[in-house]
Amino acid sequence: MSLLAARVAEAALAARPAGAVGLVWLAVALPLAGFVVNGALAILRPRAKTVVSVVGTGVLVAAFAVAVAVFLEVRRAAPEHPVIVTLWPWLHAGDLKVDLAFQVDQLSTLMLLVVTGVGGLIHLYSVGYMGADPGYARYFAYLNLFVAFMLLLVLGASFPVLFIGWEGVGLCSYLLISFWFTDQQNADAGKKAFLVNRVGDFGFLIAMFLLWHTVGSLDLATVLDRAPAALGTETATWITLFLLLGCIGKSAQIPLYIWLPDAMAGPTPVSALIHAATMVTAGVYLVARTGVLFALAPASSLVAAAVGALTALFAATIGLRQYDIKKVLAYSTVSQLGYMFLGVGAGAYAAGMFHLVTHAFFKALLFLGAGSVIHALQHAYHATGASEDPQDMRNMGGLAGRLPVTYRFMVIGTLAIAGLPPLSGFFSKDEILAAAFARGADQPVYYLLYAMGLAAAFLTAVYMARLVVMTFLGTTRVGEAERSKLHEAPASMTGPVVALGVLSAVGGLLNLPAGIAWGPALERWLHPVTRAALELRPLAPPGGTTAALLVAAAVAAGVLGLVVGYRATSRERILPARLAPPETGFARVLYRKYFVDEIYQALIVRPVVWLSERVLWRTVDQAIVDGVFVHGGVWLAHRVGRLGSRLQNGQVGVYVILFLVGALWVLYAVAG
Amino acid sequence: MLLGPALALSAILFSIGVAGVIIRRNAIVLFMCIELMLNAVNLAFVALAQLYGVAGWVIVFFVMTVAAAEAAVGLAIILAVFRHNQSIDLQNVNLLHG
Repeated sequence: MSLLAARVAEAALAARPAGAVGLVWLAVALPLAGFVVNGALAILRPRAKTVVSVVGTGVLVAAFAVAVAVFLEVRRAAPEHPVIVTLWPWLHAGDLKVDLAFQVDQLSTLMLLVVTGVGGLIHLYSVGYMGADPGYARYFAYLNLFVAFMLLLVLGASFPVLFIGWEGVGLCSYLLISFWFTDQQNADAGKKAFLVNRVGDFGFLIAMFLLWHTVGSLDLATVLDRAPAALGTETATWITLFLLLGCIGKSAQIPLYIWLPDAMAGPTPVSALIHAATMVTAGVYLVARTGVLFALAPASSLVAAAVGALTALFAATIGLRQYDIKKVLAYSTVSQLGYMFLGVGAGAYAAGMFHLVTHAFFKALLFLGAGSVIHALQHAYHATGASEDPQDMRNMGGLAGRLPVTYRFMVIGTLAIAGLPPLSGFFSKDEILAAAFARGADQPVYYLLYAMGLAAAFLTAVYMARLVVMTFLGTTRVGEAERSKLHEAPASMTGPVVALGVLSAVGGLLNLPAGIAWGPALERWLHPVTRAALELRPLAPPGGTTAALLVAAAVAAGVLGLVVGYRATSRERILPARLAPPETGFARVLYRKYFVDEIYQALIVRPVVWLSERVLWRTVDQAIVDGVFVHGGVWLAHRVGRLGSRLQNGQVGVYVILFLVGALWVLYAVAG
Repeated sequence: MLLGPALALSAILFSIGVAGVIIRRNAIVLFMCIELMLNAVNLAFVALAQLYGVAGWVIVFFVMTVAAAEAAVGLAIILAVFRHNQSIDLQNVNLLHG
């Protein structure tokens, strides 16, 4: 270990870019060190909570400091091309040369800030949320490891390095979803997430092979440089489609979104960090990062946009009828990721990334708020010994008075995600919708996608209003005994909520519409990265009256949705979960998520299990491999052995004859 | 001189020895047949020494020495077999059959 550390330090100090950029490897190394320390503590001293808290959050704060230093450096130097920080040679075989190298440019700096910033806040929140858990050290070890892999993903200078991060975050996601693994359901959810992601990873790998075959390099910068000359439209389409499959798996889009709602089995801060703010946005990041390839393949871009719009609408409708507060937010995340795909598919890479950032703020806020609610209810149930579901909104209601801070900031998050000006979601969502609309000028199908996006915006507002009403307003459905036990979360939990609330409120200032104050700062910041793609596939944002109308439509959809959601839910007579009647009609279809899990079960899981058991196991393995080869081989050897052993009958005379025959034969062979 | 008949006698004696080893079951007879083969070979050596020099005579002494040693070991084995089986019929000595 120390040898490795020494090597890392030596490699990092030798001839790196000067200043903070050269030290960017620290941002990965620090959480990794945190993982090692916390992992050791989890095994040796599981009760050393103070040390774990300090190390766990400390490395994130330090990594955030590195990120800020890198950001300042990048802002000062404003590099037109990514700065490559090579640590050591990794895979050198023939023409293939892959180094363990990080690339620092405007895009990776942005992701670096978001991951360490939001990640730091969520680590801090976890100190309070997970405080009573016996697996505290293990939890922080996993969380640190996740951050290390996530930073490797966003900083990796080549596809293979990026892929390590990609797989690493998948591993951590699996570990944290099934964190409470003694419950079969949680373990199953983890496995489901892992397996569904494998489908996407397969696409990523194929895309990498194709790139190596056609472009002859796996370095991101080289690939993007050479791609316009090296790739025809057809090749680029295949590559990007496979790449997109990877992104769809990781970012939970149709048809691979099914793992994300189940992933809510993990602790709530994990849902906030991994399954809302960072990991699931990796697909969007990858599309934005390889924007040049997608610009070369308009068909793939259209697929991305269509999948995004469809997912945004589809997931939003499911969100309308879920009762588990985290499930609502999970489908909301799927839906919002759909928006990002719509944005990057339409060629608005900066808008997609902008929504990624604002979504990281407000969705982390909403999840942490939901976490506070769940935490409060859980403690109340624990105190009274009741065994109700602390995540079911039918058991909540009227919590505004008990959890005032959480309530206020949940409302901010709700208004932000609904796209109300001047909160962050308004700006980012509006830009994506405007980009989709603008793309409609040359590809009319984008008008349809725009309409779907707008409808999804309306539904988003409806289900979020429903969530707030069911959780915080109206008469409480919390049991008599529990009511007095409900308390606002400790400061370590409300602090991050407040910070994220402020970010959700003002995050829109990052990228204002052109002509207002400093205008689209984020777009300008990302321009060196997105320039090449935009030159290949220019996008003219609508201006003047059209732009104003688009904004008006988006805001109208949001406001209308909030009103509809508020009124419909306030009038609804809601019963606590254990008394509630079963759903009927279309509500049942939505509640059961369009039966997609059941359909997958029938169409994919059962046939695969049947194939595995009947054909592969019973026939191929047991009958052919075991029966013919293994037992057949034994039988053959046994028979031949029997034949040979006939000669060994112990009679000296027979041996002598054989010896004589042999000797004569040798004599004949030598002399004759 | 007399080389041909001497080698012919040697071959005949050797063949008798081989036939005895193959056919007979009595350990002592078998043993004697082996001695017969050794002496047939000795005869061939002595006869051929006329052509190839003194080496043939020397080898004969080596063969006789080894035969003496072999006789000692062989008789000891036969004794042991007899003590074990109360017979020296080799048909019963087949512990190592497959």
